[in-house]
Amino acid sequence: MFKKLHDDGAARVTVTIDGQAVQVPAGETVAAAALIHGLQPFRTSAVSGAPRAPFCMMGVCFDCLVEIDGTPNRQACQVRVAEGMAIRRQDGAGETAP
Amino acid sequence: MRGADTLVIGGGLVGAAIAYGLARRGVSTIVIDEGDVAFRASRGNFGLVWVQGKGDGMPDYAAWTRLSADLWPRFAEELGAETGIGTVYDKPGGFFLCRSEAELAEQEARLQRIRAKNTAPGPDYEVLDHKALAERLPGLGPAVIGGTYCPHDGHCNPLFLLRALHVGHTALGGRYLPNRKVGDIRPEAGGFTVVTDGGKVQGDRVVLAAGLGSARLAPKLGLSVPVVPQRGQVLVTQRAAPRLAHPTVYVRQTGEGSFLLGDSHEDVGFDEGTTPEAMTFIARRSLDFFPFLAELPVVRVWGALRVMTPDGFPVYDHSREHPGAFSAACHSGVTLAAAHAERLAGFVAEGALPAEFQGFSADRFDVQEAA
Repeated sequence: MFKKLHDDGAARVTVTIDGQAVQVPAGETVAAAALIHGLQPFRTSAVSGAPRAPFCMMGVCFDCLVEIDGTPNRQACQVRVAEGMAIRRQDGAGETAP
Repeated sequence: MRGADTLVIGGGLVGAAIAYGLARRGVSTIVIDEGDVAFRASRGNFGLVWVQGKGDGMPDYAAWTRLSADLWPRFAEELGAETGIGTVYDKPGGFFLCRSEAELAEQEARLQRIRAKNTAPGPDYEVLDHKALAERLPGLGPAVIGGTYCPHDGHCNPLFLLRALHVGHTALGGRYLPNRKVGDIRPEAGGFTVVTDGGKVQGDRVVLAAGLGSARLAPKLGLSVPVVPQRGQVLVTQRAAPRLAHPTVYVRQTGEGSFLLGDSHEDVGFDEGTTPEAMTFIARRSLDFFPFLAELPVVRVWGALRVMTPDGFPVYDHSREHPGAFSAACHSGVTLAAAHAERLAGFVAEGALPAEFQGFSADRFDVQEAA
């Protein structure tokens, strides 16, 4: 659905999205990288369970929340990818409490 | 421009509710609104439809608040049906939580005083100890020693409420003039001319509902609206699964899942900013009430200015000097929205406030010289 318009062939890092290893451009945000790799939806909402995906891509809407390296509710558009990072789709509120 | 039967100055919750109520009665109306440079209390408030504790010292205000809370369920339903905009209104009853015996005793005495003057039927409140509270509020912190419950309390989404009132008003033929700062209001034979930075507007009657802006404009109508700003800051967390079924004065979970934490009272003039000190105070108190909130990141914080009269009670006036000019000012635009739309608008349409509204007049602030 999404592709990068200008791929300058920069360095790649390997991350996992829902356990699947993928190569993404270094320096990209988690949101952009996951969109390129077709993650959809990113999460389901806390109250109604409705599907959600990035909307504003600039840190305002909080709709792109995902689990990153075991921590839920990270704003995917505000975090850059890093080698070995584990990105997971999030169901509901993603609360850390048991 | 040739205006309307009634000009409403102020497009916040108070002005919009009155204008919507007037339009429902077939009165032609124009809402004259300042713009984003205004202080916009209606865009920063907490969203409680709240009864308990209000009107201590003014039984008429306690009754007016209770009336509005009683009108709210049907008001919300009709407003939603007319506009297609739900206000996320819920009335599960609300809690006031106390962390000391002294605080609880003070709250109980306050509610007793109000109850003694209240003729409305039914139980108005319950006093509960920690154990009884914890059964109804799972996750309650051990710092809470007791509290009070009032079945008339509820909450809504105040932004959807404001939007719905405007949409409802416009759909009924009312007009909305945004970005018009009012410079002058001129009483003239048979009506009023409101001079704005976007031109003049004429009307037969005028309702001054400009929040903090009313203080400056009221004297032009022979009225007094002595209001000053009082800042409150609000913290909002990320959304979470439904966990808190009842609103409290300091913490509530919205229908969308976020928690609102608030209720600072700061005398800082016209400064809408936020401060680490108030945020820390609010967050610490909220954690005393509900320790589980520590798991939730705060995503936004804002400050907003309450519209406060000297005694905290509303001001409603009809000008003796210039009949047809009314004022309305309060810090409870959400709670009183139903009463403003369904009752106050009716009084304005009829051209007079009822005798029992005399106590709401700003005359009460005039110092009487001892003989």
